[in-house]
Amino acid sequence: MSNLEVLKTYKLYIGGAFPRTESGRFYNPISKQGEVLGNICLSSRKDLRNAVVAARKAQGPWEERSAFNRSQILYRIAELFSDRKEIFLKEFQKQGSSLEAATIEFSTILDRMVYYAGWCDKYNQVLSSVNPVNSSHFNFSTCEPMGIVALIAPPSTALIGLVSLILPALAGGNTVVALASENLPISAISFAEVLNDSDVPAGVVNILTGKQEEIAPIMASHMDINAFISSDLGSIENPIAIACIDNLKRKFTYFEDFNLPESQGLNFISDLQEIKTTWHPIENIGGSTSTY
Amino acid sequence: MENKKNTSEAHEWVYSPSLESTSHIEIKGKYELFINNEWVAPTSNKYFDTINPADEKVLSKIAWANEQDVDKAVKAARKAYDEVWSKISAMDRSKYIFRLARMMQEKARELAVIETLDAGKPMRESRDVDIPLACNHFFYYAGWADKLEYAFPNQKTEALGVVGQIIPWNFPLMMAAWKIAPALAAGNTVVLKPAETTSLTALKLAEIIKEAGIPPGVINIITGHGDTGEAIVKHPDINKIAFTGSTQVGKAIQKALVGTGKRSTLELGGKSANIIFDDAPIDQAVEGIVNGIFFNQGHVCCAGSRLYVQENIAEKVVEKLKHRMKSLILGNPLDKNTDIGAINSKEQLQTIEKYIQIGIQEGAELFQCEGTLPATGFYCKPSIFTNVSQSSVLSQEEIFGPVLTIQTFRTIDEVIQKANNSPYGLAAGVWTDKGSKIFNLTSKLKAGVVWANTYNKFDPASPFGGYKESGFGREGGMHGLGAYLKIIK
Repeated sequence: MSNLEVLKTYKLYIGGAFPRTESGRFYNPISKQGEVLGNICLSSRKDLRNAVVAARKAQGPWEERSAFNRSQILYRIAELFSDRKEIFLKEFQKQGSSLEAATIEFSTILDRMVYYAGWCDKYNQVLSSVNPVNSSHFNFSTCEPMGIVALIAPPSTALIGLVSLILPALAGGNTVVALASENLPISAISFAEVLNDSDVPAGVVNILTGKQEEIAPIMASHMDINAFISSDLGSIENPIAIACIDNLKRKFTYFEDFNLPESQGLNFISDLQEIKTTWHPIENIGGSTSTY
Repeated sequence: MENKKNTSEAHEWVYSPSLESTSHIEIKGKYELFINNEWVAPTSNKYFDTINPADEKVLSKIAWANEQDVDKAVKAARKAYDEVWSKISAMDRSKYIFRLARMMQEKARELAVIETLDAGKPMRESRDVDIPLACNHFFYYAGWADKLEYAFPNQKTEALGVVGQIIPWNFPLMMAAWKIAPALAAGNTVVLKPAETTSLTALKLAEIIKEAGIPPGVINIITGHGDTGEAIVKHPDINKIAFTGSTQVGKAIQKALVGTGKRSTLELGGKSANIIFDDAPIDQAVEGIVNGIFFNQGHVCCAGSRLYVQENIAEKVVEKLKHRMKSLILGNPLDKNTDIGAINSKEQLQTIEKYIQIGIQEGAELFQCEGTLPATGFYCKPSIFTNVSQSSVLSQEEIFGPVLTIQTFRTIDEVIQKANNSPYGLAAGVWTDKGSKIFNLTSKLKAGVVWANTYNKFDPASPFGGYKESGFGREGGMHGLGAYLKIIK
C-alpha cells in the first residue's frame, strides 16, 4: 500500500458538470503562506457564456419548484456541508486561515445555510400584499425571482462571502453564475461538489474560477443576466455599473463583513426579487351581501 | 369617424356635440417657476409655448429653467428638508398631504379640463381616470406618513432627503401625484419637472400647494425641456432621481448617476402582451383589447400593444375588433363623446406614422378606422396590424400610439414564450374563463403587472412597475414607499 497523496484537480462547475476551462488556461493562486494552491482554471468568456446558458435552462424549473422543496434542498446543502467539515477545515487552512478562524468560518457558514433554508417558504408571505383597490377587483402583489444572478465572491474570504451571496439568491428562486475569490478559489469548487450532491438541480448554481478583472466586465455586459451582485469592486466598480445598464441589470454592492453572524437577512433575498401585481375582476352583479 | 359621427354598416349614428365648458378654468398667459412657494422668473428669461394638440393653439407661455434655476429649487428643497419637513411630526406631514388631496378634489373638474386641453386626452378620461387617480394617490399616501413602521416591520427607516423627479406627458398630473405623494409621505422634499408639452396641470398643482399652505420649499415645480431634466439629474445635492419616460432616456440617466451615490427608480417603456384564449368571454375581451391599446391614444407605457389571439378564434376576434373600432369616435378631446383624442405632440405623431410605414414595409396588413381626421391638430386613426412576425420592428419596439400588432398562437407554452420574448417586462393581459389557466399564465409572464380579464386598471394601493428593461422600483401601494426610504441597519 502506497501512502502517496493523490492531488485533486480543481475544475469549474457548469450545468451540473465539472469541466476544465474550454480555454485550457490556468493560473496559480498563492496562499498566505506562499504556497501554490494549484493549477486553477482561468475561466474565459466562453465559460461564462456556457454557464449563463446552463443557468437560463435551469431557471424556469427552479423557480417553479415549490418553496417548501427549495427549502428542503437548501437544508440538504447544510447536511452535506456539515458532513464534510474536515475537508473544508483543511482547505481553509491551506488557503491561509488558522484552525480557529477556519472553524469559525465553517460554523458561521453552516448556520447561514440553515438560516436561508428556513427563509425559502416565508419571505414571500412577509413581502407580499393584498391591495384594497377602489374598484371591484381582487389585487395582490407577490415576489418573483429576478432570474440569473451574476455574482463576484468577496475576494477576502475562502467561502463565507461566496455562500452568503449564493444562498439568498437560491432561496428566492434565482439561478447563479458565480466567480470564486480569485486568490482563495479551491473551497469554492469543493462547495460546488457539495451542491452537486445536494439535490440542487444542474445549472442552478454555476461556479467559475479566474480573474475578476477579466470576468466581471463580461458578466456586466451579458444581455441574459438579470442581476449583478458583489462586494466592493474598487476601481472597476463604476465601469461595471455602467456596463450593467445596457439591459438594466439590478446591481447591488454589499459592504458587509460576511464573517459576522449578523451579516445576513431578508434584504439579501428581497434585493433579488421583483414585485408582481395581479388584477382580477370580482363579479358584483347580484347585489346580495354577506349579511346573515 | 369624423367628429361625433359613428359609421357602421347598418346605421349611421350622429351624436350631438357635448363639449365640456372651459369657462370656469383659469390659465394664465405666462407661468414662472414654482420655487419656495413663490413664482420665480427663470434666470434665462426664456419661455416656451405650450399648445393644445387638438387645435395647435397656444395655451400659455412656460418658463424654461436652466442650471441656476434648478440649483435654486434644490437649495429651497434642501432648506425645507433640513429645517421643516424632517423636523415636523409625521402626523403633520400626513395632514398636509391629506389637505392637498382634498383641495385637488375640490378643483378636480378644472384640473381635468386643463389636462384635456394641454395633453389632448379625451375629457372622459381626464375626468374619470387621470384626475381622480391623482387625488386618490395623495389621499392614499397621506395616511402612510405616520405609519411607516408598519410598512417595514423590524427595520428602521429614514427619508432620503431631496428627490428630483422627472415625469412624462402621457398622464401629466397623475404622474406628478405618483411621484410627489410617496416622496412626501416618506419624509422627503421634492423638485419636480413636468414634461415640456404638458406643464399646465403641474403648475395648477403648484397653485394648490401654495393655497393649501404646504411649507415653502417642500414641493418645487420647475418647467423646461430635456436640458432642465439633465440639470436635475446632475445636481450634486439631490439624493434620489425618480424618472418615468423612455427606456433610452432612463438608461442615460442611470449612467449619469453611476458613482454619485444617488439612488434611482426608473419606470420606462413597454411592449405588453395581451393574450386572448379561445375560452375567453370574447365580447369582454374585445373591449379589453380596445381599452388596452386605444386608451389615451395608446400613450400608455403598459399599453397592450402586442395582441396574441388563440388561432381557432383569431378570425372571429379580429372581425369583432374591427367592428368595434368602427364605432370609436375620434375628435375634439373636450367632447364627452370622444373616445380617441389628439396625439400629444407633432413629434409623437411623426414617430407613430413612421412606425405605421415600417409596418406596411415589413409586409404586415394594416386596418384603420374610416373617416377623415380633423383639419388642425395632431390625430392618428386607431390602427391594427395583422400578419405580423415575432421578429418585426413593429412587434418589438414601443410605438406609444394607437397601433396594435396581432399575432396568433396555438398552445399555452407557445404564447408564454412569445409574450416573454421582449426586452421589456412592464405589463400583460390574460383573457380566459378558467381560473387555473389564469394563475398558470400570470405566474409565468415576466411582467410587473398582470391584468386577468381586465386591462389598464390603476390604483394608488396597487404597486406598478416593470421587470427587465421596463425599469426598476415600484410606484403605488406599500411597496411604493420603498422607493423613497432607506433602511437603517
